Amino acid sequence: MNAVNLISQLIIPVFILFVVLYGVGKKVRVYDCFVAGAKDGIAVVIKIFPYLLAIFVAVKAFQASGAMDLAKGLFQGLLASLNIPLEVIPIALVKPLSGSASIGVFSDIVKTTGPDSPASLISAVIMGSAETTFYVLAVYLGAVGIRKTRYLVPVCVISDLAGIILAMAVVKILF
Amino acid sequence: MNTVWVLLIVSSVILSILNGRVGEFTKAIFEGAKSAVEVSLFLLGIVALWLGITKIIEESGLIHRLSRGFRIFVSRLFPHVPRDHPALTSITLNLLANLFGLGNAATPLGIKAMQDLQSFNPDKDTITFEMMLFIVINTASIQLIPFTVIGILADFGAKNPAVVVLPTLLATVLSAAFAVGTLFVFRKVFK
Repeated sequence: MNAVNLISQLIIPVFILFVVLYGVGKKVRVYDCFVAGAKDGIAVVIKIFPYLLAIFVAVKAFQASGAMDLAKGLFQGLLASLNIPLEVIPIALVKPLSGSASIGVFSDIVKTTGPDSPASLISAVIMGSAETTFYVLAVYLGAVGIRKTRYLVPVCVISDLAGIILAMAVVKILF
Repeated sequence: MNTVWVLLIVSSVILSILNGRVGEFTKAIFEGAKSAVEVSLFLLGIVALWLGITKIIEESGLIHRLSRGFRIFVSRLFPHVPRDHPALTSITLNLLANLFGLGNAATPLGIKAMQDLQSFNPDKDTITFEMMLFIVINTASIQLIPFTVIGILADFGAKNPAVVVLPTLLATVLSAAFAVGTLFVFRKVFK
């Protein structure tokens, strides 16, 4: 565990050192190059901002509207019959929408049900295996200004759903 | 995305009226605007930083060496990307950053990969299959060790927080495979 942790901490520093030294070796003006690249970064973020704004406003509004309680009611019976703790419903609903909110919800589940409870375990796996899909879509599509996304969004939504079901199934089978 | 946005906004307004949470709705949209600014400022820093680094990688010619090493694997996933194209390198770097849980590096490198893929897109308005595949692999987020989650579990005194590593890896690999499979099925259907 510690070795893996150490390696993942070392990756970025070693990578940056290697890139800079390689550049110097190839007689590249490293500093000017870095600044030029960073300047491109500003343009990219300005391009992404309106997409981020649109998605963040919609997601926050959706959370505030009480839609989560409605969905909770819908899934309650189903999960109870599968013997899955109901505490995992909020994390399954929040994780695809918001990264920072899901960390808060996850901490809350661990606090109220205990760190070794089945609910905590299932939530942990959902946290690690699902992604904040709409944020990723807004950033990546916004960065290149794609408007026609063909069948990408339905594929992502179906996969999100499958990911959460798989997370529950894996924990149920392994433990 | 248009449909998703309309659905989210319309259902939020109607539900907040039905639930008597109109005040919360109004507060939430301003909060949303605020977090968009905060996240953008955060992105500004890390995107500029990593595009600075990748510029050195390009100018020094390191990009050709990096892509050579991983080309066999990534070009099998993306057979239509020209073999010497910088997109192969940025896709590889993004996937590696994801694998090691380096979210701060993964997003900027992913943006770079999208730009590289866009550079040979004949119709700049419409997404290519390669871009969809790249995004789907990214949203499946294959990660070796979920450090944040283990950290939180450890903070609350879990007996063995690392117990989540194996189920997480299994779930994420299975869901990634399912996601890519779904994408290929959709391509068949919508050809």
